[in-house]
Amino acid sequence: MIPELESFNLPILSLVTLTPAFGALLLALIDSNSKALIRQVALMVSFLGLLFSLIMVGNFDSSVGVMQLEENHSWIESLGISYHLGVDGFSILLILLTSFTMPFVFMSTWKAVDHRVKEFHIALLLLQTGMIGAFVALDLVLFYLFYEAMLVPMYLIIGIWGGKDRVYAALKFFIYTMVGSLFMFLAILYLYNHAGTFDLPLLLERLKTTHPLDGIQQFWLFLAFALSFAIKVPLFPLHTWLPDAHVQAPTAGSVVLAGVLLKMGTYGLLRFAIPLFPDAAMDLREEFCWLAVTGIIFGACMALVQTDIKKLIAYSSVSHLGFVVLACFMTDVESLTGAILQMVNHGLSTGMLFLMIGIIYERRHTRELADYGGLASVVPVYSVFFIIAVLSSIGLPGLNGFVGEFLILFGVFRADPLWGMLAATGVVLGALYMLKMVKAFLFGPVVHEVNKEVKDLNMREIIYLSPFVVLMVWLGLYPSSFTNLVEPTLSLYVQLLQN
Amino acid sequence: MDSNLLWIPLFPFLGFLINGILGKRMGNRTVSIVASVAPLLAFSVAFGAWRKIVSDTGVSALHWDGFPWIWLDGLLEVPFALHFDGLSAVMCLVITGVGSLIHLYSIGYMKGDPGYHRYFAYLNLFTTFMLLLVLGDNLLLLFIGWEGVGLCSYLLIGFWFQDDANCAAGKKAFIVNRIGDLAFLLGMFLCLIHFGTLDLAALVNADNISQVATETFEGSLFAGMGVITGIALLLFIGATGKSAQIPLYVWLPDAMAGPTPVSALIHAATMVTSGVYLCCRLMPLFQAAPMALSIVAVVGACTALLAAIIAFTQNDIKKVLAYSTVSQLGYMFFAIGVGAFSAAFFHVVTHAFFKALLFLGSGAVIHAMHHEQDMRKMGGLRKQLPFTHITFLIGTFAIAGVPPLAGFFSKDEILFAGYQAGIMEGDTLSRLFWYVSVATAGMTAFYMMRCVAMTFWGDSQVDPKLEGKVHEPGGWIGFALFVLAIASALGGFLNVPEFLGGHAILGHFTGLHVSPTDLTKDELVALHAGEFTSMFISLAIAGAGLLVGFLFYRKGSGLPAAFRNSPPGAFLGKLSENKFYVDEMYAAVIVRPFEAISQLMHTLIDQVLIDKLLVNGSALLVRGLGELFRRMQTGFIPGYLLTFGCGALVLIYILLNSMAKAGAQ
Repeated sequence: MIPELESFNLPILSLVTLTPAFGALLLALIDSNSKALIRQVALMVSFLGLLFSLIMVGNFDSSVGVMQLEENHSWIESLGISYHLGVDGFSILLILLTSFTMPFVFMSTWKAVDHRVKEFHIALLLLQTGMIGAFVALDLVLFYLFYEAMLVPMYLIIGIWGGKDRVYAALKFFIYTMVGSLFMFLAILYLYNHAGTFDLPLLLERLKTTHPLDGIQQFWLFLAFALSFAIKVPLFPLHTWLPDAHVQAPTAGSVVLAGVLLKMGTYGLLRFAIPLFPDAAMDLREEFCWLAVTGIIFGACMALVQTDIKKLIAYSSVSHLGFVVLACFMTDVESLTGAILQMVNHGLSTGMLFLMIGIIYERRHTRELADYGGLASVVPVYSVFFIIAVLSSIGLPGLNGFVGEFLILFGVFRADPLWGMLAATGVVLGALYMLKMVKAFLFGPVVHEVNKEVKDLNMREIIYLSPFVVLMVWLGLYPSSFTNLVEPTLSLYVQLLQN
Repeated sequence: MDSNLLWIPLFPFLGFLINGILGKRMGNRTVSIVASVAPLLAFSVAFGAWRKIVSDTGVSALHWDGFPWIWLDGLLEVPFALHFDGLSAVMCLVITGVGSLIHLYSIGYMKGDPGYHRYFAYLNLFTTFMLLLVLGDNLLLLFIGWEGVGLCSYLLIGFWFQDDANCAAGKKAFIVNRIGDLAFLLGMFLCLIHFGTLDLAALVNADNISQVATETFEGSLFAGMGVITGIALLLFIGATGKSAQIPLYVWLPDAMAGPTPVSALIHAATMVTSGVYLCCRLMPLFQAAPMALSIVAVVGACTALLAAIIAFTQNDIKKVLAYSTVSQLGYMFFAIGVGAFSAAFFHVVTHAFFKALLFLGSGAVIHAMHHEQDMRKMGGLRKQLPFTHITFLIGTFAIAGVPPLAGFFSKDEILFAGYQAGIMEGDTLSRLFWYVSVATAGMTAFYMMRCVAMTFWGDSQVDPKLEGKVHEPGGWIGFALFVLAIASALGGFLNVPEFLGGHAILGHFTGLHVSPTDLTKDELVALHAGEFTSMFISLAIAGAGLLVGFLFYRKGSGLPAAFRNSPPGAFLGKLSENKFYVDEMYAAVIVRPFEAISQLMHTLIDQVLIDKLLVNGSALLVRGLGELFRRMQTGFIPGYLLTFGCGALVLIYILLNSMAKAGAQ
């Protein structure tokens, strides 16, 4: 059974967040030649993280929408920076997604990464702490620290373990994101100057009552936050770092990037940018929605003409996250629930797709579609898993992707039928590029002799792919076990926005 | 509350899981037993449920409340719940009945195929989704089935995936269907907004409908159009995808790339009729949208005619049947359009019998001919395949409308509905469409006669190397043909109309039958006279079609060649042979420009505008600073961060200062 936290007084959020970082410390002590030990320890640590986040969910009261399991300690008192953590409906599924993804990411790298193993695992564990930390932080400076802390390990993962043009891609990723966060940092400091606190709940309170912002201030501050998050999403036209980063990143990097990191952008919009500056957000709503709709269609069109599988999926992320951004600017529970589900769904389906492309890359060392074809007859089990991931990605009803898409499109259509209709074309386009890819990748005759020797999935691979399939079906057929966690928070949020 | 209902889709699903996961290790015999027992079990559960609702206990429907599916309390509540009434009962029995036969048939047909277990797993999965489609108690659950059957169709069309053409056909089917599904999705959104629910019972509730009927769209392109009309049209567009109507029919002929039993089950008997089922299910909603109904009628009649013309010149036996299916589906929609839902649904059932029979018959021929599908290389097969010949002939007469075979009754009902709408009370347009439907009936008889003659009659054109090997398929193939031949012969008696002394049982049972009320004696007499007139017309046209077909294609007739040599014949023949160039047109107008534009945007916007000019351009700008940066760094990232932090602080200081000044002024 789930331990009752009150009796232990366990700082569960700290445990979820910091366990990977401690694991990284532990790894630092291990001799870098004992690769097997390093891999095992990293895996154990990540499973421990998953266990802690399951305990967190068990102690989460889904009947109320307020911030829960809070930990608040003053940290740098002179500057008013506190160590303030909390979890609510916005973050709980994303934390779960992160701790769920990581163990399987570790399992996937056993063969793929063989040089600088120790550094690689340390980087991944630090990345995990950064991501979860950003999801639980309720102090703007603390959030910013975690947010930036993700950047460095990701930069290293792409830059050291990446492909041929890894340096260009890593730098592009770093600079793009850095530019965005610079403006956000300025905005955070400005807010402190204005309202005298970095604490998010306190800040929300003060902006509403004692320290209101005028229109121009809101406008610029919102823009600074939104720019940073829009780059992270990435929102059209700020997306060109993503295909490069994905193509060059090693499998683990791509999975984390697509699975979790991109959600930081949409999470940031929902947690910070929109609630802090609601008037500005609503003023700029139209512009952002148009960008999101453009991104949905544009990303899909781009995916259609790619010849590199990783690039294709990178562009599909641009398209899929367009749905989420669109929903972030809605003010009804349906779309917002859809937004959060879609973040999780995209993490699962795209994460799994990248894992699978990593598997085939390990065997054939190419990502060009033209180098494949006819794999279904050589690697049938692989093909089944791949097709399931594709179906989840194109939103087949009964699997996870559909639920989020349906809720989003419904909410958007109700708010504005034109956006709804345009966004919905993404559903057709998604099938178009994905099935085109499947056909070129798996079907047809085996044109290249080398492909006849490709080995099918081994047990380890089946083990780390299967949980993804289980979750896809679970979320597709019984999403209420997840939406229940989210809904109360969203109802509160919507009430706040509408007042 | 009847949780037994769940077993109807669950049995085939279990079959799918077992065959899908273990099939490879189980051996073909076990696979085929698991696969065919699954739909048989589903059939028996459905049969038991049917017994319950026809017995005199006053229960007219069964319901399983299921569990919450997409569920946001008080906002959007969609359960995963099943509903079993007359309409779904008939569909379930047809799906599992005809489905079981086709599973059995496949045991013989797919023998020795390396993908044996995969084939049966897909077939079971298809049955699951199809049953969900007809059992779902709300539109969204129906939509799971709707897209699910599309998925299975995709997988089965491309079953022999080593061939690129098959995969292309599968992909085309999925994507064309997705276009329809997009409209379906929007239709559901409108239902949710205006009815507040997707529950099927609520969508056909008279009070709800009369309330929504007063609402119209505002402000946009569709200003003034009734909401109900909008919903009906969007759902109908969804139906044009799944049920292969203009403009989305193009995938069905290509779908013949799949194994022939698949064509029989999915692309003739069950899946393609789901659009008709949807309209019947939502009959009151469609009835409240007369404008939408007229569009349905026009689209149906045009599709029926167009596909029949194309069927004239096809030489691939399966393509003839495919276009015939498109045409017959058009017929059903025509019936719906003129308000004869009962006739449309009746035709769904009889069509399931005789079209499955015809496809399975063609499969027997193809099987015997070692995968030859070109009718020009057949001929005279009645000697080697006497049993297949007889059953195929029964199917042909049934589809042509020869009494008392199944097609006669259902087609007659449709033609009478058209007659009533067009001749007895209609305007010029509906009269025109009645003529179209009569002409199509004649054409159906004609092209089917051509098909029979080219395949079974006349001199043998069979490759001499094959000639000796052609033999009658036995076993399950023969059994399935036999049962379906009986069903095609007798199926019409399910719904004998009242004026012929019947009770229209099917129409009453499914709740689709609309009895004319408050007729004066004179009107009743006129109605009956109309019914008889229409019946004679339909008989005459069927006979004429068969006769002309026979005269054209009997042994030694030079008529086809003579016709093709005449200028109008050559022109029409070319159009028909090339399917009116619709595929080519779509490719030229939609597919290729779309890809070209995408390619262009990729180069112009992503690579040149954003990356080269904006990103790398600003990078160049920064490079100067970068040089400075490079000298300052010591080789590790924290150094970057430190520098960055300091820089940021300076900037912030400047900014805050200026803002403070601005605030002070």
